[in-house]
Amino acid sequence: MNESIVTPIGAAVRRKEDQRFITGKGRYTDDMNRPGQAFAYFLRSPHAHAHIRAIDASAARAMPGVVAILTGADLAQDKIGDLICGWMITSKDGTPMRMGSHPALAKDKVRYVGDHVAVVIADTLDAAKDAAAAIAVDYEVLPAVADLGTADAGAQIHDCAPRNVAFEWELGDRATTDAAFAQAAHVTKIDIVNNRLAPNAMEPRAAIGEYDPGDEAFTLWTTSQNPHVARLVLSAFVGIAPEHKLRVIAPDVGGGFGSKIFIYAEETVCAWASKRVGRPVKWTADRSEAFLSDAHGRDHVSHAELATDAAGKILGLKVHTRANLGAYMSTFSSCVPTYLYATLLSGQYAIPAIHCEVDAIYTTTAPVDAYRGAGRPEATFLVERIVDKAARELGLDPAEFRRRNFITTFPHQTPVIMNYDAGDYAASLDLALEMADYKGFPARRAEAEARGKLRGIGLSNYIEACGIAPSAAVGSLGAGVGLWESAEVRVNPTGNVEVLTGSHSHGQGHETTFAQLVSARLGIPIDQVSVVHGDTDKVQFGMGTYGSRSGAVGMSAIVKALDKVEAKAKKIAAHILEAAEGDIEFKDGKFTVAGTDRALAFAEVALNAYVAHKFPTSEIEPGLKEGAFYDPTNFTFPAGCHICEVEVDPETGVTQIVNFTAVDDFGIVINPMIVEGQVHGGIAQGVGQALLEGVTYDADGQLVTGSYMDYTMPRADDLPSFRLGLTQTRCPSNPLGIKGCGEAGAIGAPPAVINALADALGTQDVPMPATPAKVWALAKTRAVRQAAE
Amino acid sequence: MYAFDYQRPAALSEAASLLGADPEAKILAGGQTLLPTLKQRLAQPTMLVDLGRLPGLSAIEKTAEGVAIGALVKHVAVATSDVVRQVIPALADLAGMIGDPAVRNRGTIGGSLANDDPTADYPAAVLALNATVVTDRRSIAAGDYFQGLFTTALEEGEIIVRVDFPQVERAGYAKFPNPASRYAMAGVFVAKTAAEVRVAVTGAGQSGVFLWEEAGDVLSSDFAPAAIASLQLDPADLMSDLHGNAEYRAQLVKAMAKRAVAQALA
Repeated sequence: MNESIVTPIGAAVRRKEDQRFITGKGRYTDDMNRPGQAFAYFLRSPHAHAHIRAIDASAARAMPGVVAILTGADLAQDKIGDLICGWMITSKDGTPMRMGSHPALAKDKVRYVGDHVAVVIADTLDAAKDAAAAIAVDYEVLPAVADLGTADAGAQIHDCAPRNVAFEWELGDRATTDAAFAQAAHVTKIDIVNNRLAPNAMEPRAAIGEYDPGDEAFTLWTTSQNPHVARLVLSAFVGIAPEHKLRVIAPDVGGGFGSKIFIYAEETVCAWASKRVGRPVKWTADRSEAFLSDAHGRDHVSHAELATDAAGKILGLKVHTRANLGAYMSTFSSCVPTYLYATLLSGQYAIPAIHCEVDAIYTTTAPVDAYRGAGRPEATFLVERIVDKAARELGLDPAEFRRRNFITTFPHQTPVIMNYDAGDYAASLDLALEMADYKGFPARRAEAEARGKLRGIGLSNYIEACGIAPSAAVGSLGAGVGLWESAEVRVNPTGNVEVLTGSHSHGQGHETTFAQLVSARLGIPIDQVSVVHGDTDKVQFGMGTYGSRSGAVGMSAIVKALDKVEAKAKKIAAHILEAAEGDIEFKDGKFTVAGTDRALAFAEVALNAYVAHKFPTSEIEPGLKEGAFYDPTNFTFPAGCHICEVEVDPETGVTQIVNFTAVDDFGIVINPMIVEGQVHGGIAQGVGQALLEGVTYDADGQLVTGSYMDYTMPRADDLPSFRLGLTQTRCPSNPLGIKGCGEAGAIGAPPAVINALADALGTQDVPMPATPAKVWALAKTRAVRQAAE
Repeated sequence: MYAFDYQRPAALSEAASLLGADPEAKILAGGQTLLPTLKQRLAQPTMLVDLGRLPGLSAIEKTAEGVAIGALVKHVAVATSDVVRQVIPALADLAGMIGDPAVRNRGTIGGSLANDDPTADYPAAVLALNATVVTDRRSIAAGDYFQGLFTTALEEGEIIVRVDFPQVERAGYAKFPNPASRYAMAGVFVAKTAAEVRVAVTGAGQSGVFLWEEAGDVLSSDFAPAAIASLQLDPADLMSDLHGNAEYRAQLVKAMAKRAVAQALA
């Protein structure tokens, strides 16, 4: 609930949606129940890799309450297409990526534990589970390929992909990079593992498919970050229904972190099966299914080398990365370790030459795709780790080495596509060093040492590319879609406003921030504005929310639509006020004839627009409703400096984060409270990756971390109270000057934490997650080393 | 969850006869392990016999020897009991470290001991304090009660009624929680009487809770954290898993033992 006030840009307006969420009045997919609905339960593969010789469901079909049992053969019979990957990557030898067939229900083979073998649809979920247990599947078990390092030599997972390689891609120029290395006074080398993460949205994935035989149309309620893209893929590629006969609704969605961008087997099957069985079909994942089948994140193994000259300036960077795709290419899996990764390898630094090779590898594990940051955390981790290591090898303070190499003039063209439009990296570094009391660290370290504790401090100067992106640019890089955004501003006769947006809120607070923008612009109270999203029948089209794009792109579309509303309202006001259109000024919710006190309130003009008595409708159409599509001119480049200070207990290996400072440049900030919340959550996830989280499969491809008994989520008591600061350079690439803030914490935090641990433990070989057991072993090694010295 | 019958007897004898009549029946106390297990279809009992309404199993009483805690007493009640805090403060501390507030408000001491999870907290206190587990049939000394992973001296259908804890001179508990589950990776309860010091370890042993006798012997002559510093627990019988190998667990046991002694002296 909001007060009835006009909310300026920059005000910490309380979230409109929170009243609903914290009183249990949210409407999530699992809260929906349709008349006559049946329940779907997926029989999943217990094997990482196996041929399916036969499926015998005859006994199961006869069990009480069973409506249908469907398999890949039924999908094929209905000519339902495979799930797709929507971004084409071309290997360095010119061949297109090798996309293995990805049916929503397995046809002849399963490729990871949790792969979809059959769906049981029954009157109750328990009946579906009982029947699933009675399905006899004859598997010919094949060797698992669970290890990324040796997957080339493993059993071939897809017929189209020898050596289990999907693509071998490169970016940057090898020859100029080699030449730069030939001039180097020093080369720093590092091997890095970027650990695999499970996304763990609070709300598990869910779907309800419903077919209306009268309209011959489907409705799909689903936990999606981008319902229009889901509809497009399910129509154009999977073939569920023509686009105009498929309505996709993503109602309240409880977090996504990327994992709900993708089009999965389960919602595909619920939609398709609803027509086949003639009843609505509902599925909600339990947490075990989420661990098994949500697309995971990260999972890179990299070797990097950094060349520096005698003055401590960076000359070049070489990177070779192996990226784990899992068993199938998920919806955007191919762009994550390529164009969302290697394009950020220049970091905040003027690096004249960069060459990066990426081998994308299939393994018999869950698919890997975008997860908060998507490629950019992997790039930042690599750059900030090797920069830190180089500084120490060169005997330079890590802050000073970074400063020496900062990009200081803009625009700046990197050797890896990106053209940075604005930034002031030294400003963020300076403020962060001050807030973290960097100068006072040696005294704090000495004090900790006296207590038997090891203190370390670590920096991370991250950069990311957000606001994805100019459609033509991403098209030239292989994207199958444009990445603009749409908005429609509907002014009602009584002067209140509905904003329809193609962005989708699943925790970001759009209902507040977007309404705040409209309130400020039209001068009407924020409670007079409602935001509509997540329904393809209401919003005509949109690209959804991910990659910190909704502020920079989604709100820019709203600004464009508001421009049109204002322009038309001025015309109408001019007629009513009997003045020239050019003399009408709009300010603080009033249309005024310049230099006079003759004025009309916004609501009066809105009413007149619909009454349409006082202007010639031959010249001006009645009504006040405008739409806009906004295509950005560039990515945006949020950047900042995170500083982490840790204290290690060498007796137990416990790492305590004693201070965490984050100074971010997000450009113009609409609502600082919501931005702060985004930063808090991002840092928590980043600390989670650094210290706690890691998906582990055993050699047989069984998921070891399949529950919260073994997968460590960050908790409040793992984190300190953060010290947050903002610096500001306006983003020149969108009308609001916004850069985006949703992923920064998850990008900036991991290298800051690990650099701090490296400092505390006196070794650069600190793995993620740096669990107490691993840190204890490193602390023990340090003690042995010190004793020897 | 599979279907099952549900009974809530009003008397201990009725509970015993329900359990006696159906070997596939299971006792429901606080349900903090059993219900998640059922939800995941990892168990299929024919009947749950809910002890929740049985009279006389929910009291904490000061006794001549120490304190008696009824089988249905919830962890939160032990953690906040003035009697427990007065007689064996370390036991109240331990109860306050179990699980999270939701678990502590539902889980019971009898349920925890009957389940005998090798990473549960209570077994360390019961063994170190040399407590007595009293059932509807007999009294079982702590040393006889714990028999391995999820294995106790309880017979089919035998119901824990209470646990008798003797008062000791000093006691302390220190726990290193598993980062993910927050069960004990190493939980050490140290109890000092005039005659001896008993050091019980939960969370680390391959066969569940055990007495670290070497530490007890050393502490009997010098009850101070430093006394343990030179000891080395043999990792051969300790667990190794994703969260730490046996060598690390041996280190944690030692570290927690030192902290438990410090707690006892505080």
